[in-house]
Amino acid sequence: MEIEQLAVERPDALARVAVDPLVGIDAAKAAEIVATAGFSAELAGPVADAIQKLWTVYLEEDATLVEVNPLVRTEDGSIVALDGKVTLDENAGFRHPDHADLEDAEAADPLEAKAKALNLNYVKLDGSVGIIGNGAGLVMSTLDVVAYAGEAFGGQKPANFLDIGGGASAAVMANGLDVILNDPQVKSVFVNVFGGITSCIEVANGIVGALETLGDEASKPLVVRLDGNAVDEGRAILAAANHPLVTIVDTMDGAAAKAAELAAAAA
Amino acid sequence: MAIFLTKDSKVIVQGMTGSEGMKHTTRMLASGTAIVGGVNPRKAGEQVEFPGVTVPVFGSVADAMAATGADVSVVFVPPAFTKAAVIEAVDAGMPLVVIITEGVPVADSAEFFSYATSKGTRLIGPNCPGLITPGQSNVGIIPANITVPGKIGLVSKSGTLTYQMMFELRDLGFSTCVGIGGDPVIGTTHIDCLEAFENDPDTAVIVMIGEIGGDAEERAAAYIKEHVTKPVVGYVAGFEAPEGKTMGHAGAIVSGSLGTAQAKKEALEAAGVRVGKTPSETARLTREILG
Repeated sequence: MEIEQLAVERPDALARVAVDPLVGIDAAKAAEIVATAGFSAELAGPVADAIQKLWTVYLEEDATLVEVNPLVRTEDGSIVALDGKVTLDENAGFRHPDHADLEDAEAADPLEAKAKALNLNYVKLDGSVGIIGNGAGLVMSTLDVVAYAGEAFGGQKPANFLDIGGGASAAVMANGLDVILNDPQVKSVFVNVFGGITSCIEVANGIVGALETLGDEASKPLVVRLDGNAVDEGRAILAAANHPLVTIVDTMDGAAAKAAELAAAAA
Repeated sequence: MAIFLTKDSKVIVQGMTGSEGMKHTTRMLASGTAIVGGVNPRKAGEQVEFPGVTVPVFGSVADAMAATGADVSVVFVPPAFTKAAVIEAVDAGMPLVVIITEGVPVADSAEFFSYATSKGTRLIGPNCPGLITPGQSNVGIIPANITVPGKIGLVSKSGTLTYQMMFELRDLGFSTCVGIGGDPVIGTTHIDCLEAFENDPDTAVIVMIGEIGGDAEERAAAYIKEHVTKPVVGYVAGFEAPEGKTMGHAGAIVSGSLGTAQAKKEALEAAGVRVGKTPSETARLTREILG
């Protein structure tokens, strides 16, 4: 049963029972869930038992999702979880050193695995414009603005999500560029940074330093948009470096259009 | 007026003596925030020198409140200790606790949120940039120098998009900007801020920034339809986010058909909210309303 689909099509068919995190699912709450769901008296005991066990898994393993689908009754009347899915909270990793062993590194996208090893927040996408930015919201927004601007250039799309976080040091910038430039689908790169706490001076030095570190490996055009804290000084550093691959554009929309245009030209 | 935070707010810093705490206390003081104390049980009774001001360190939140009359606490302690820090502040009767710490386990957030709600403490965050009432007070890590006081109320899940929007509209200015954070479980929500801005005479227009994941924006849309008479401009980030991938913020994930940017945009538009396609268009729509 597709539970998400059911939730949309027949919300009344789902029993939703709120659980107070301070109380959890005790016997009374399990009985309430079973009653709300409408199980027969015969099944109420074993199902309540299964629900309490699910809560124990959720709590003790720091899960954000513990899903069993389907839960079946066998001919002899016992309740069995036939399939399950568990999502673990990465924030709670410090309480569960054993969780790291569960990860199947082989299954990850090679670029995502490389980014993870470098401690970068990266998600591979299918487009041609590599993206580097600071802050999850701004980077998500950058993907959208690039796709929007890309409509005028043959449907250019973002190639990845990469959030380098608050302090964009030369090392972090170099690592980020290294991952993105190793993506054969990337035709141009858009670096979009709003200097909040971080000064644009540091960001500009980061970009210049990264290009020096990468040397000939850096072979694709970079469009850079800086704004915010010490923006004039940051732009001046980039202008003085005068790197042949770097184009500075003042606005996010303009820079997105330029990056899409360069990607289209290189395709 | 403004919401949640004014020039009269007296602020203590939990974790002030750590490196992040020191750095941001210095910045908050520079932007005019009345920081009246820090909390660290191992350094109780010490004084910390900041440029132009000396801040006392107390052994507990309760001691700090008793000595200073503090009514806001900002939390910079590491994730493993955040739950204990928040519960201590709630037990001391702190009215507002702003949690900047990133990486707090979701189960911990759920627990301290439930506890704070039962005791009447307002939480903002975790994993948020805090809030600023320009020209009055600044609690958290939002840069104080990118905007000025004005009539726009801003609520956002994202830190850098908050800064971007403050910057785009810096000539018009803001009543209060609240970064509520992008974690799956947060204290103050879009709806709480919408309600407060609706009741704030200094706020003429509300800008609401959302992103993929969960249904906070859909709930906010339903609230706006029923309860908000002031104009609201919206922006939603994450149209290009693929299903099933966490996009930086722990809560920013599209699950099946749930939590998509398109659904959020449609819900907001159906509630009469003008939704910008880009941050710059969102700023333009806001400008038109105030113009």
